[in-house]
Amino acid sequence: MGYFLLRRTAGFIATLLVVSLVVFGIMNVLPGDPALTILGLDATDDALAALRTQLGLDAPVHLRYLSWIGNALQGDLGQSHSFRVPVSGLIAERLPMTISLAVAGMLLTIVIALGLGIGAAARHGGPGDWGVMFLSQLGIAIPAFWLSILLVLLFAVKLRWLPPGGFPGWSDPVAAMRALLLPTIALALVQSAVLARVTRSSALEVMRQDFVRTARASGLSRRRTLWRHVLPNALVPIITIVGMQFAALVTGTIVIENVFYLPGLGRLIFQSIANRDLPTVQALVMLFAAIVVTANFVVDLLYVVIDPRLKARA
Amino acid sequence: MRALPANFILGAVLVSIVVGIAALSLVWTPWDPTALNIRNKFADPSDAHWLGTDQLGRDVVSQLMAAARNSMAVALIAVLAGGAIGVSLGLLASALGGWVEDIVMRLADLGFAFPALLFAIMLAAVFGPSLTNAVMAIAFINIPVFARVTRASANQIWTRDYVAAAQAAGLSRFAISRDHILPNIGAAVIVQATIEFAVAILAEAALSYLGLGAQPPASSWGRMLAEAQTLMYLAPQLAIYPGLCIVVAVLGFGLLGDGLRDITDPRLSRARAA
Amino acid sequence: MNLTYRPATALGLILGLALAGTGVAAAELVVGMQQEPTTLDPTADATASIDAMLTQNVFESLTIVNESGEVEPNLATGWEVSDDGLTYIFTLAEGVTFHDGSTFDAEDVVFSFDRAMAEDSVNPSKDIFKTIKDVRAIDPRTVEIELSEKDAFFLFNMGQGDSAIVAKETVDTNATDPVGTGPFRFDGWTRGDRLTLVKNPDYRDAGDVALDRVEFRFISDPAAATAAMMAEELDAFPGFPAPELLPQFEADPRFNVNIGSTEGEVILAMNNAKPPFDNPDVRRAVATAIDREEIIEGAMYGQALPIGSFYPPHGTAYVDLTDAYPHDTAKARQMFESAGIAGQTMTLRVPPFPYAMRSAEIIQSQLAEAGIDAKVENVEWGFWIDEVYKQKNYDMTIIAHTSPNDMGNFARGPDYFYGYDDPQFTALWNDIQTEADPERRNELLRKGQQYLSDQSVHAFLFQLPLLGIFAKDVEGYWASSPVLYMPLKQVSKGG
Repeated sequence: MGYFLLRRTAGFIATLLVVSLVVFGIMNVLPGDPALTILGLDATDDALAALRTQLGLDAPVHLRYLSWIGNALQGDLGQSHSFRVPVSGLIAERLPMTISLAVAGMLLTIVIALGLGIGAAARHGGPGDWGVMFLSQLGIAIPAFWLSILLVLLFAVKLRWLPPGGFPGWSDPVAAMRALLLPTIALALVQSAVLARVTRSSALEVMRQDFVRTARASGLSRRRTLWRHVLPNALVPIITIVGMQFAALVTGTIVIENVFYLPGLGRLIFQSIANRDLPTVQALVMLFAAIVVTANFVVDLLYVVIDPRLKARA
Repeated sequence: MRALPANFILGAVLVSIVVGIAALSLVWTPWDPTALNIRNKFADPSDAHWLGTDQLGRDVVSQLMAAARNSMAVALIAVLAGGAIGVSLGLLASALGGWVEDIVMRLADLGFAFPALLFAIMLAAVFGPSLTNAVMAIAFINIPVFARVTRASANQIWTRDYVAAAQAAGLSRFAISRDHILPNIGAAVIVQATIEFAVAILAEAALSYLGLGAQPPASSWGRMLAEAQTLMYLAPQLAIYPGLCIVVAVLGFGLLGDGLRDITDPRLSRARAA
Repeated sequence: MNLTYRPATALGLILGLALAGTGVAAAELVVGMQQEPTTLDPTADATASIDAMLTQNVFESLTIVNESGEVEPNLATGWEVSDDGLTYIFTLAEGVTFHDGSTFDAEDVVFSFDRAMAEDSVNPSKDIFKTIKDVRAIDPRTVEIELSEKDAFFLFNMGQGDSAIVAKETVDTNATDPVGTGPFRFDGWTRGDRLTLVKNPDYRDAGDVALDRVEFRFISDPAAATAAMMAEELDAFPGFPAPELLPQFEADPRFNVNIGSTEGEVILAMNNAKPPFDNPDVRRAVATAIDREEIIEGAMYGQALPIGSFYPPHGTAYVDLTDAYPHDTAKARQMFESAGIAGQTMTLRVPPFPYAMRSAEIIQSQLAEAGIDAKVENVEWGFWIDEVYKQKNYDMTIIAHTSPNDMGNFARGPDYFYGYDDPQFTALWNDIQTEADPERRNELLRKGQQYLSDQSVHAFLFQLPLLGIFAKDVEGYWASSPVLYMPLKQVSKGG
């Protein structure tokens, strides 16, 4: 177990390093001159020189990369070019918003997907199964942002039950939950379409195995069999997809925050792009990529917890 | 010959409609999709404007048609470019094996750390938002997908007797990849390409919705939705049509891909090859 | 139209006081703001939202301009003017302190004006201090200001954010931590999200201030602004960006809607310093290519008055010049062709305001019909200020000039972002500024409008309306805004 952990952790760190190289490369090396990117083609030489000094562009590229990584490890993500404050502060202010949304979205995704997937598997071949499969096919084809717009049209514009967007802050928890309801649903529905399919096929595979039939034969109810025996054994492929989906979900928050105007990291990224605030964009892209890589790493570890046999293969 | 699967037929029908409309828009649209007629804004559907007009008096049908064309073009370029690079890398990895294969596959893993959105965000920050950047971002995420599919399929073919025979006959690994491997993995690549086409349409719509793709006055389903969102209280119908178009196109290519996969099931293709 | 706010204000004040007196609840107002500034010092940056949030709330000036445009006492409780109109003696309010606890006196006034008038001053309206010859402290409560020539706008300008009185000790940190003498203290600024003020308990009329806390939320997108109002996340949006949604709010019993006027002339600015717009004929061709009615209908849903020059239609000297260059695409195309620039591509850099972004799309299409390819670039405000306003790095842009009496912009010479340098107009503006007789001044102002229209310095589009949406329980907001600020002193919530 120790050796396995070590190997996986080393791989994880190596991946993060390469990801940081890619992000840094695209944001700094590719265009040739970030100062020029920020100021535009007609900028005066003086202005460019001043900005280069301010952005620390005088140093050679590899030293800049090293200091970026070194500072990032100490929690210093650089200075925002447009707001002139540390990027880490900007991120800290918005992180709770994005995390609330991602966690709520993930929980709802799992609840919907497991319910629908197991339900469909239990009624395999019936109209319920067919319906779930059709819905999930449709769910994959519907863009999350359009679904959001439809939800807003129905619940905010027509029925006026819920606000069409915005976030009042947690000082009023009821208002905050109301504001998060539609974004969470929009985020979760599309994701759960994918997960429900995997749950269904995975559950079907388990149900064909002997021990399930034995359990049923020994008088265990259908429902108990499903939740006690089928689900735990179907979990491995489900966890894989959940891990991949968490990554999709976190990037999904970027879109959803922009549809519902929630003041999180996703909004900040777009404000920074329009401000040509390269240091902030660079820090945020790195953060999102790191979350994706970390999610995959955690899934790898979870495998072993759930199914120790995999250790042998590691 | 077996009956064609239902998903293939439905997918083919939807794809034909979307591609047909996109092709038609090259030669004819009811109106100029970018021509403003502000005095006739928010017009109801009529004989002149089948789905009415938008906030600037532009014909909605014409815009949807022009957007279909743009969407198809983006998906085609992105899938072709990403596919070409990805298939080449996959063939290379499979042909050479060893550390080359290791590196290519590690890099492919890495590609999954960057969803198209993050990649497009970086390009937009560096070069400013444009449709070209969106195409590049979508093409980029296609590379690892195709590299994996190609390598997996190619590795199977390399174990065949006739490949061993060709190797014994002194053919180079490059020549074998070209003459024996590539033709035999074609089906798998085409299935993947069809599915990736659906993904690309979805990605273009999302990027344009977020302002990272098509810029005004270019028509795009995603951009139309972004504009319609402000007008939901006035003209909710404008937020419906472009979304339906996206769903039809994505569903069409997705079903077509699934159908093709069912038809070219690996077991069947193996039987044919033997 | 809601013009019945005055009695309501009094009622609101009484209720506000009653609530404050019994300590029932802290009155907190959440206000939507379209534009986020990059700095908070009104004496160092032209961003209108700095004034909208801070001037007369955090920072105060000698005078204050009321809703009808009349000058009233403020930090100066009174003044005397010499017979030749060149010497002003201001008496300062007693017992005033800055938010850091230091005392306000005549030395602060002298410091503030010396700083604004200095050679290296970064004051965005440096020109309004041009006529000041000398500022002297007679005693701690008396200041004498001597002018080099008569200035008809002097007392009015003393009430603008550019003339805010700042303290020497805190002036360097005002950009991020503004310290003034006003009824509210700066509390915090979360970049990209919000800025908060709290009531200043030491304010000289603290008893009249109803609000305990004011939070400004930065929301530039019209759909987001609508969402935030509908969600009751905001109590007020005094400069609402989406005219098309007003009927929606008018029909909703939770809100009051107000349509007022502003001093904001919206122009399609052309960089006069650079080809092709250094050529007046090209600028006239642009004016001919655009169709104002269509822009107003498409971008403002009809909620704006067209302008043909740089003067508000509600002003006393207004002349209607909207027919100076009748819309004629064919003629415009011909004019571009004879200037040799037909088919050229140029940038249209647009700040993040719906009026500008929407106008841009329509203007792009109108110019395209006349054979000019305008490339629209939507940029954030900080970028616009740096690149367009400061660096003059643009071909065309769309912007509202919201300051009052701002025709002098055209006399600011080559360093201003217009790049327009015309001795003839500068002389004319000088006459306007030094003319004390209102009738004769109006005559000159009419001449100025005519001249700017003849030169077609920019394409003049429309007068920005003031669209305000307020929760039913919010009282005391101005209906129209003759200046850039909206004092919160008399605003109240609850009742």
